[in-house]
Amino acid sequence: MPELLQIEHIRKTFPGVIALDDVSFTVATGEIHTILGENGAGKSTLMNVLTGLYHPDSGKMCLDGTEVHFTSPRDSLACGIGMVHQHFMLVPAHSVFENILLALDKVPLLYNRKQYQQKIQKIIDTFELDLDLDTEVWKLSIGAQQWIELIKLLLRDCRLLILDEPTAVLTPQETDRLFRVLRLLQEQGKSIIFISHKMREVVEISDRVTVLKKGRSISTLDRGSFDREILAGLMIGQDKIPEWQKNLQMSENIVLDIRNLSVRNDRGLADLDQVSLQLKEGEILGIAGIAGNGQKALAEALTGLKPVTRGKIFAGEVDITHSTARSSYISGIAHIPEDRKSIGIAPDLDVADNLIMKSYKNPLFRRGFFQNRGAIRRNAEDKVSRFAIKTGPDGSPVRYLSGGNIQKVIIARELSENPRVLVALYPTRGLDIGSAEYIHKVIVEGAGRGMSTILIAEDLDELLKLSDRIAVMFRGRIIGYADPRRTTREEIGLMMSGERQDQAS
Amino acid sequence: MKLVIERRDTSSTLMRFAAPVASIFVALAFAGFLLLAAGINPLEAYREILIEAVGSTYGLSETLVKATPLILAGLGVSIAFRMQIWNIGAEGQIYIGAMGATWVALFSGLENHWMLMITMFSAAFICGGLWAGVAGFLRARWSVNEVIVTLLMNYIAILLVDYLVYGPWRDPQGFNFPLTAQFADAARFASFFDTRLHSGFFLALVFALLLYLFMERTVWGYQIKVIGSNPQAARYAGMRTGQAVFWVLFLSGAIAGVAGFSEVAGLQYRLQHGLSPGYGYTAIIIAWLARRSAIGVVIVSLLMGILLVGGDSLQMLWQLPIAFVYAFQGLILFFLLGSDFFIQYRLKLIRGIRHG
Amino acid sequence: MVEILLDATVRAGTPILFATLGAILNERAGIINLGIEGLMLIGALAGFAGTFYSGSLLIGVLCAFIAAFVAGSIHALITVPLRGNQIVSGLALTMFGIGVTALFGRGMVGETIVGLERIALPGLSQLPIVGRALFQQDLLIYISFILVFLIWFFLYRTRIGLGLRTVGENPAAADTCGISVSLYRFLAVTTGAGLVGIGGAYLSLAMTPMWIENMSAGRGWIAVALVIFSGWSSHRAMLGAYLFGGITAMQLRFQAIGTDISTHILQMLPYIFTILVLVVSTIRLQKGSSQQPQGLGQPYDREDRK
Repeated sequence: MPELLQIEHIRKTFPGVIALDDVSFTVATGEIHTILGENGAGKSTLMNVLTGLYHPDSGKMCLDGTEVHFTSPRDSLACGIGMVHQHFMLVPAHSVFENILLALDKVPLLYNRKQYQQKIQKIIDTFELDLDLDTEVWKLSIGAQQWIELIKLLLRDCRLLILDEPTAVLTPQETDRLFRVLRLLQEQGKSIIFISHKMREVVEISDRVTVLKKGRSISTLDRGSFDREILAGLMIGQDKIPEWQKNLQMSENIVLDIRNLSVRNDRGLADLDQVSLQLKEGEILGIAGIAGNGQKALAEALTGLKPVTRGKIFAGEVDITHSTARSSYISGIAHIPEDRKSIGIAPDLDVADNLIMKSYKNPLFRRGFFQNRGAIRRNAEDKVSRFAIKTGPDGSPVRYLSGGNIQKVIIARELSENPRVLVALYPTRGLDIGSAEYIHKVIVEGAGRGMSTILIAEDLDELLKLSDRIAVMFRGRIIGYADPRRTTREEIGLMMSGERQDQAS
Repeated sequence: MKLVIERRDTSSTLMRFAAPVASIFVALAFAGFLLLAAGINPLEAYREILIEAVGSTYGLSETLVKATPLILAGLGVSIAFRMQIWNIGAEGQIYIGAMGATWVALFSGLENHWMLMITMFSAAFICGGLWAGVAGFLRARWSVNEVIVTLLMNYIAILLVDYLVYGPWRDPQGFNFPLTAQFADAARFASFFDTRLHSGFFLALVFALLLYLFMERTVWGYQIKVIGSNPQAARYAGMRTGQAVFWVLFLSGAIAGVAGFSEVAGLQYRLQHGLSPGYGYTAIIIAWLARRSAIGVVIVSLLMGILLVGGDSLQMLWQLPIAFVYAFQGLILFFLLGSDFFIQYRLKLIRGIRHG
Repeated sequence: MVEILLDATVRAGTPILFATLGAILNERAGIINLGIEGLMLIGALAGFAGTFYSGSLLIGVLCAFIAAFVAGSIHALITVPLRGNQIVSGLALTMFGIGVTALFGRGMVGETIVGLERIALPGLSQLPIVGRALFQQDLLIYISFILVFLIWFFLYRTRIGLGLRTVGENPAAADTCGISVSLYRFLAVTTGAGLVGIGGAYLSLAMTPMWIENMSAGRGWIAVALVIFSGWSSHRAMLGAYLFGGITAMQLRFQAIGTDISTHILQMLPYIFTILVLVVSTIRLQKGSSQQPQGLGQPYDREDRK
């Protein structure tokens, strides 16, 4: 097969971070080429370089044998390279039609609405998709939104399609459908760069796999020369994942009792629909589910950030249903938020000030109206050394810290008051392996002291490794429970897609 | 070749402090061209400003007099800035503060100097605070844009004071001028050194110190900083952001109201039409140039005081409209905003493909 | 009586209509512009001076557009490529506008020109009640009618309009579609500023054909508030501008017939009314379909994304 794209020694750094160190690989015409790597290995950065969104610091990129320099996505689109981003590049307030039209080339200033609608409808029919052109995008499911992204690229006659973790938001069944379409496209001679860290899918669809690790392309394998174990070994390296000791003699003491909890979102739809669950002392309850099925609403309702529409939450004997964020903190619920930078920290303040963000009213840190700066500083020194936080020079704003260190600041703060319940949302997302391991350790050690954890994560491995019990959420409901000692990923996957109900509880 | 913009690894500290100073000078140069275009020799004009404002004891004292309301209003605006709340209504709050103080001075029947001072101060503080508090309440309750509300309330405040001084409060012996009767001596500040410099200036300095302590040392100041840095995080930490928005705007307006008190008790001894020639708007510039620091507010206010004293004399010499000072302040802001960019980014040339 | 009041309503509302439409163009592209007040003054002075020196009202209007376009490009330069704070830059523009027009307007104070004349549209102007208000007006008012439709058509029926809305909603999405965010934003700000300038020119060419320092008297700020009332759509902007015009017309009417109410209190009415409208439309905005462009006020930095 002739090589369509050649990437040689690409390097890209951001302030304080080497995102890509040295990456080389090639993509042939009509090939499905997977870039495999862990979170933080540099996959997304690499794709943004390919599409001209970022400028590489050094390295070479050749298309059809001639060197190209992209300075904007316009350049790469003009050369036939299109990308479906992990965070969709759609405008929620626009209709499906407008979103697609936007991506088209050479639309005249005054376009013929009917003619373009027919053109788009034809593609929708070819792939037997179910899309109404006049619906606003925010009303559509994530899966449907992804189809829009794909249609955009097909209408522009892209030769090389880049799909950044397209299956992360799909059910297994939707994934199968996507793969059928991808094979169809492959037959038409299109090249596809597929990005994923899910082994099963990678093995199923790829012609070749390039493994990315810490910003380096460490090897490229042809079909037939890889299987799950080989790829996993390459991706994770030789480090053995330690198996945590699960808490076998669980106390029967119930610390958190949620009864028929419903939460409505801003648009009046149910984010959380009659959820009941009980959390035992020292238990780590994993919550699995495709993003957007009510996990976030559950966490926000528990921590008082979102008003409860119906149902009750009891912490022990105390009704905390209508508590604000402050009183739920006092009643012992700590919270590691999903988006650590936009919710978890005050980016302009230093580490010491961020560490007391929840306990600043504690008599320890104040003398009447005044703050006790000495105590605040000593608290910071203690936490920084205990949680091994790497801070900048004294008093420097916390936003200059790396993601892992910001997460450690949040965890140090949340665990400092010995909470009875920890609600952790995607606590290791985007972190390097070292930091992720550290956070796992903290959660498990907490459980040993009797702290109960609700762990919401997208990574099934993480859930299986840490949880005593896994609840699966689908469309705002808990659709069933799984026992991590007995279940398989496939079974949980089926439950996540709403195909299978309860397995064991 | 193509020019691209790159984020700096760390923002340049030198640039951060040099930028405001440089902006003032570049704005001076630029304003010079405007003056030239309007037929005025800029060098002469600038010399005139300096001589008038700092060339004599009297000039210096006048600069401090002008700086007094600027410091107070600037502190008021800057405390709201700390929480990312935009109080554009200091002008109106000065008027309303002055109105409250005047009511006490003229109609309360109090005669004791200290009683009067304390009551006038409180009246100005509460009136200014409540005036801004309207915007605070609307913002906290329904997220109504506080920029527009505070700004529109300036017009209302000025018209309200006009109504009073043209109508019910007009001095019967005032030959129909739009002003109230003069305050009794007990309702006036002390003045110093045979100049117009009055206790209000020292009151302003005390406020600067208090506000510094408030922001850096108290629990409330801490809350304001957290909310200002990231309101979502503050909500997540259990802070009542809505209440904080109201109280910060209240405090912001209250301090601006004290500026109005200081003007009527220290300088004008009565309420009158055109009480403030835009101190409240200059205060916005001051708060922005001072980069959130109380000390910075004092320094920048003194610089602006020079400009205003000089501007007054230019008005007399060349009939230059006093509003020209606004043009100059606008220019300073433009250049400061422009230079901020180079603190965070740098430009770089790269090779690109040819189009078409 | 009703006819005269309606006529005064349209005339008082027109400068604000132009200014609101200009501000909508700005905000649709994601840029807040608090410099509307200053731009109106610049347009008013440039329009008056242009007419005064050339003797042609058309050239005057053109001057107003160009002057405000140029002044608007300062705001565009600071907020788009330099990513400066949009609120502060807009305030600076207002201050700059007030100061600069005071400085250069000195020579124009007391001069007079012949203002825009009414053109009666045959037939239509004879309609009862609305005939005089809608079809016996000057050219700029007719242009404002057309502009309301044109802006709607531009935003919802042309490719560039779609691009503009996208830039305001989700600049990153626009960028990946190959739309130059900077170019769209820059031109939206400057063109919008030009329209605001025409609104200012209406003050000095039609409403009171002379130059008075600070003659916009807060109308620019009212326009900023009306943008929120309008839900960023041009026909609702028209409604808002005429609502405001109606209040002004009534206030003037009260003053003319002479009541016991102080003129100062009457003059407060438009501002109080605007605040009320702002509060009501903000509440309405939160309750249902929010029309506010999602990228409003956020500078776009490609490498800043997650």
